[in-house]
Amino acid sequence: MNRSEVIQSLLPVLRDELVVCNIGLPSQELHMMGDQPSNFYMLGTMGLASSIGLGLALVQEARVVAIDGDGSVLTNLGTLPTIANNVADNFTLFIVDNGSYGSTGDQPTYAGRKTSLARVAEACGCERVVECDAGQAAEALQDALESNRMTIIVCKCDPGNIPVPVIEKHPVTIRDRFIQAVRRANG
Amino acid sequence: MSGSRKLVQDMVDAGIGFVTSVPCKQLKGVLEEIDASDRIRHVPANKEDEGMGLCAGAFLGGTRPCIIMQNTALGVTVNALATLIQYYHMPLPMLISYRGEVGEPVACQVEMAVHTKAILAQLNIQTYHFHRAQDAREFPGILRHTFMSSKPTAILTDATFWGEAQ
Ligand SMILES: [Mg+2]
Repeated sequence: MNRSEVIQSLLPVLRDELVVCNIGLPSQELHMMGDQPSNFYMLGTMGLASSIGLGLALVQEARVVAIDGDGSVLTNLGTLPTIANNVADNFTLFIVDNGSYGSTGDQPTYAGRKTSLARVAEACGCERVVECDAGQAAEALQDALESNRMTIIVCKCDPGNIPVPVIEKHPVTIRDRFIQAVRRANG
Repeated sequence: MSGSRKLVQDMVDAGIGFVTSVPCKQLKGVLEEIDASDRIRHVPANKEDEGMGLCAGAFLGGTRPCIIMQNTALGVTVNALATLIQYYHMPLPMLISYRGEVGEPVACQVEMAVHTKAILAQLNIQTYHFHRAQDAREFPGILRHTFMSSKPTAILTDATFWGEAQ
């Protein structure tokens, strides 16, 4: 399974969640397959999905899922100590680890070589770290959401991309409908 | 009231509930006041662009954010400012220690000081320079302006200001 198949498998679990999605193909795939107002698509700024997700989770009570990639976590590796030391039990960081920079043409990342992001997260102090295969992605995410504990999921999958259109929604449109979804989620 | 305490009181009065920071010794007093405040959640960041991501998330969650950082960090935040904070029209007051100005003991700090206002001007970020202690009287208005306009603003605080404001 590649990233797009993993994201496809997550859609039923993501339906009622606030989702912050990584730049590039992950956001484009999520937008194409399962657009909803509670999805915040990153149109730029590689690496900050986990930071946006944590900031959001810390200031309100609804659950937040950040969908990130191995390359983006590597580019903002400082995010893992910040997450570990500012526990938000309504936060799940789901890292799609395909061992490659998918959006730029599947150049290999160090996460696909010697570096284990799960072990990095543990070493940073993250207390609930789950590594899973692509076929277990939805189950692992469901478990994390039901655990009511902050969880880092590292989902190993194959590289490879599908043709997918760019997101043409205006950033302020994405922002405004997401803020409304956050308000609804907090009743 | 110390200059640091007044700035933090102004943040609370402006409704700021979330602060991220990467420290500078000029901002030590402000950071201590923030940690002493039970009205502000302080989440230290490891890098300033990471901090801007945290602030964006807090804003999306309905909490007014602020970032505290050194001017040298502008070099690593240009992309986050342009493609996240500005592109999505988010408010972000940036309380910045303006290192490398008169009174600076470390020569290398001057190397980014000479670019500081040029980078901010290139990004069309409204910039306020606190040089004298009384300049801080503008802070409440600057914060109101930041959230009214939903844009980032830069508040540069130099060594002369901190010399007078302690
Ligand atoms: Mg990848």
